[in-house]
Amino acid sequence: MSKAPQEHPPAIVLIAGSAGSFQAVCSLLSSLPGQLPVAVVVCIHRLKDVRHGFAESVMSRSGRQAAEPVDKEVVRSGRIYLAPANYHLYIDTGRTFSLSTEEAVNHSRPSIDLLFQSAARVYGHSMTAILLSGANQDGAIGVKAVAAVGGTVYIQDPHECEVGTMPRAAAALLGSEYVMRLAAIQAALNRTLGKRP
Amino acid sequence: MTSEELSDDDLGSIISLVRTRYGYDFSNYAHASFRRRVIRVMETSALRPNDLLTKFLLEPQYVDEFLTGVTVNVTEMFRDPGLWLFLRNSLLPEIRRQAQSFSVWHAGCSSGQEVLSMAILLRELEMDHLVQITATDIDTVILSQARAATYPAKQMEANVKNYQKAGGIGSLESYCTVEGRQVRFDQALLSRVAFRKHDLVSGGSFGKFDLIMCRNVLIYFNQKLQNQVVTDFHGSLNPGGFLAVGAKESLAWCDVANRFMVLDHDEKIFRKVRE
Ligand SMILES: C[S@@+](CC[C@H](N)C(=O)[O-])C[C@H]1O[C@@H](n2cnc3c(N)ncnc32)[C@H](O)[C@@H]1O
Repeated sequence: MSKAPQEHPPAIVLIAGSAGSFQAVCSLLSSLPGQLPVAVVVCIHRLKDVRHGFAESVMSRSGRQAAEPVDKEVVRSGRIYLAPANYHLYIDTGRTFSLSTEEAVNHSRPSIDLLFQSAARVYGHSMTAILLSGANQDGAIGVKAVAAVGGTVYIQDPHECEVGTMPRAAAALLGSEYVMRLAAIQAALNRTLGKRP
Repeated sequence: MTSEELSDDDLGSIISLVRTRYGYDFSNYAHASFRRRVIRVMETSALRPNDLLTKFLLEPQYVDEFLTGVTVNVTEMFRDPGLWLFLRNSLLPEIRRQAQSFSVWHAGCSSGQEVLSMAILLRELEMDHLVQITATDIDTVILSQARAATYPAKQMEANVKNYQKAGGIGSLESYCTVEGRQVRFDQALLSRVAFRKHDLVSGGSFGKFDLIMCRNVLIYFNQKLQNQVVTDFHGSLNPGGFLAVGAKESLAWCDVANRFMVLDHDEKIFRKVRE
């Protein structure tokens, strides 16, 4: 990592992935400090018909509480939010969630790009965005927008991903210096969140 | 046109020109999604912010195209089948027990799939002769699609799936005929439906209803506008009337929230308290 570590912990951590990212997400979540000093938002592409059960499986795998936000809910520190299936999730003015049912972007709804871009406008440098395993190009434009406002970006090493397409596309657009293995991402994140190893 | 190229100032100028010149007020739409829609309109027509402003000044008819482009019309029949199952098994039978006739308002009906779903459901419940339906949208282009009740055949697979999950007792295909790549629904289904243009922002009431369906429209508004619109809905409901909003929408921050009771939390159905 060529980027200097953040001096202040971020206000929000966004974790996104697609095919092959479920395990990584759960492992990341369970590694986080018990008392979360940030809001965490998870955005994973999944089947649109699966409306129930996703939150439950994330919770049982990670041992953490997590819930889907409703529209215009305020983003609160200490909580883990899951992007609902079949909606785009934006971070809007006043640090609120905003939903949309517009067309898929890059064959994806939720779109990681839209989430990351909108969060970058609201949170600027006080955010961390993590892009994990996945089978399409979603997220590349998003991480670029986050880096452009001075936010921290971690891209999972495509070599250890079940499906490397998504992190590879992001690294190609943004630069390979953002690429790290999951264990290193976990350690770096927890360091900025003030958790002792 | 990338997202960095539309500044908040540009967006503000666009919003204020459209408001002063054409009377459509987007200033209380949800900022993030509205911004994204404007960028999309500019991308598809290869326009820069100034080109867009010029178009509004010189081509009055362009505003209709803009309206169609910035509003999100994505819809499907029997969207969220659990809601339709609840309407079929509980809510509509309850309405029938209480009244000889009743009225429904679909606010933000888009291309009409939700209205047709209601018409089919009411026919299957043999309640269709008891109802008056008003279906409104801000977008006249999409309203004419709703009146035509003709849709791409490729949407049918998803619609049929929803219909079955929603407890449909026949076959959805029996309500329509295939015409090439399109399916045309039986116009008789719409015989008790009045489609009309209505802008929820300018508000006002045009009748009293027993059931208002406003699904996946409030998400495009900020809290202030949601509050205003939900207050209008409250005023437009008969005592004991029902309001159904989208699966991820909430009345929590609306002033009139406590003048509704929650009828079904998962399906987001509320009932106006008799006062
Ligand atoms: C996503 S569609 C919802 C369709 C349907 N209710 C459903 O849930 O499937 C949103 C609709 O709201 C309409 N709309 C947006 N702003 C509006 C306004 N100010 N007044 C009335 N309708 C509006 C749009 O034109 C669009 O057709």
